[in-house]
Amino acid sequence: MAEPSTRPPASGHDKLMIGQSAAGIWLAHAVLILGILIVAFPIYYTFVASTHSLQTILRPPLPLLPGDRFVENYWEALFGGVGRIGGVPVGTLLLNTTIVALGIAVGKIIISILSAYAIVFFRFRGRMFFFWLIFITLMLPVEVRILPTYKVMVDLGLIDTYTGLIVPLIASATATLLFRQFFLTIPGELVEAARVDGAGPWRFFKDILLPLSRTNIAALFVILFIYGWTQYLWPLLVTNRNDMNTIVIALKKMISFADADTEWHLVMVTSMLAIVPPILVVVLMQRWFVRGLVETEK
Amino acid sequence: MSPRVVFPNKILPYLLLAPQLAITLVFFYWPASQALYQSMLREDPFGLSSKFVWFANFRKVLSDPNYLNSVHVTIVFSVATAAVAMSVALLLAVMADKVVRSRGLYRTLMIWPYAVAPAIAGMLWLFLFNPSIGSLAYGLRWLGISWDPLLNGSQAMVLVVAAASWKQISYNFLFFVAGLQAIPKTLIEAAAIDGAGEHKRFWTIVFPLLAPTTFFLLVVNTVYAFFDTFGIIHAVTGGGPGKATETLVYKVYNDGFVNLILGDSAAQSVILMAIVIALTAIQFRYVERKVHYG
Repeated sequence: MAEPSTRPPASGHDKLMIGQSAAGIWLAHAVLILGILIVAFPIYYTFVASTHSLQTILRPPLPLLPGDRFVENYWEALFGGVGRIGGVPVGTLLLNTTIVALGIAVGKIIISILSAYAIVFFRFRGRMFFFWLIFITLMLPVEVRILPTYKVMVDLGLIDTYTGLIVPLIASATATLLFRQFFLTIPGELVEAARVDGAGPWRFFKDILLPLSRTNIAALFVILFIYGWTQYLWPLLVTNRNDMNTIVIALKKMISFADADTEWHLVMVTSMLAIVPPILVVVLMQRWFVRGLVETEK
Repeated sequence: MSPRVVFPNKILPYLLLAPQLAITLVFFYWPASQALYQSMLREDPFGLSSKFVWFANFRKVLSDPNYLNSVHVTIVFSVATAAVAMSVALLLAVMADKVVRSRGLYRTLMIWPYAVAPAIAGMLWLFLFNPSIGSLAYGLRWLGISWDPLLNGSQAMVLVVAAASWKQISYNFLFFVAGLQAIPKTLIEAAAIDGAGEHKRFWTIVFPLLAPTTFFLLVVNTVYAFFDTFGIIHAVTGGGPGKATETLVYKVYNDGFVNLILGDSAAQSVILMAIVIALTAIQFRYVERKVHYG
């Protein structure tokens, strides 16, 4: 046990609980640091590779420190265009992916908040039926209906369009359920008071419900942005044109182990550019993200 | 549910629901019903005529050795991925629960992989371990291990499991940390005063109390390994070498999209649908209830 002290224990320092030893704490730090090294290593390695020349990458082992080609490699990839994917610059891919991820996140939030609003704050014929109709979509992920969904996309002429990349993914049972759960905790007195004051459904939604949902929306936004950014199967199905690819799909197309002419330095740069934006979103919005994740999924 | 105060509007709620329902019907229910219908059709090789064959496609699929192989692959892959991702995350979470100093920093550094697309996670591991340019593959060869995941099926499996679990560690870590924080510290201290060692405290108090979290994560990790790892398989191994890493979802894609065997692919889709329904039912029936217990 720590000695009695007149000062309050400074927060941020390890305090020993009963039954804990200092050695145990050091061991815990050691295990955590090792864990983080393992978790971070693949990303660090790719970053290092992205700053070396193609020749250096082709002769393993790679140096452990970044090389001197950072500016050249990133410039070439972002603006120069990559041969294997039809000369499309990675900048275009980043733009596509950003549009898709934002479209999915914002779209999902809008349509889910509207339907949850209808289900919780109105009484109408078929209310529970519609609720179940939305709920059941949880059980129909794209993976189990690949071909027929693709056919719908072809029939509607949505192949190689942003609409095709975004709209089919914005119906979400999870987000609707989340908003419904949250709305149910809003006391009826609030609705009553709003109605007494003469607020219609739209006023209530805009001035009371939306401000109250701010944290939920922020949390959901992070999760959905990541969801949109990391999509794989869907963009693989609905894009053929190289300049409509998302960065993840383009990256897959850039790699070939059979051919000697894979431009590995550009592959590494593209990987970094595909990883960094969502990581920034998660790390910068960590507070909402962690809360949202742990609370919504339970 | 208590009678809520509601708005008396009659038409507005339908308008509010319309966008979601439209998307759901066009992109979820219609294709799913098509998959059901097609799973009972058989087309001739030229796609000119088709006939209704009831469950013949299912019988064919379920007796196909390639399909059974892919069931086996999926089980091995999912069990290994869930086991690795969960045990590593649990170990790290228990350690993170002990320390106070730099706890926030550890968490920040631990959540990175969550933001990495599964396919890219696969590629990162491939960069490290592919035989021609991977530095770690070079290291393995230097140690005298003949390492070539592009030719050796078991090694390919190890590689995709490593990549899939690596990505899932951060998610599990966050949930285990939250679960550990919910366990009252007094309980553990009481056991310590009674002389229970660290090991014993963990297995008799902490681990049982974590059961709801563990069970929840087990379901989530299984769903993840079944469905969300398509990108890893597609980008890293393409189901190969041979069919050593051909999971169920990859096979549906490959049979339907690449080999164009529509009836079989549809039947496989329907089987997958049944699996998702079962998993979702388990998640909602048991997990919801057990969470309160925890």
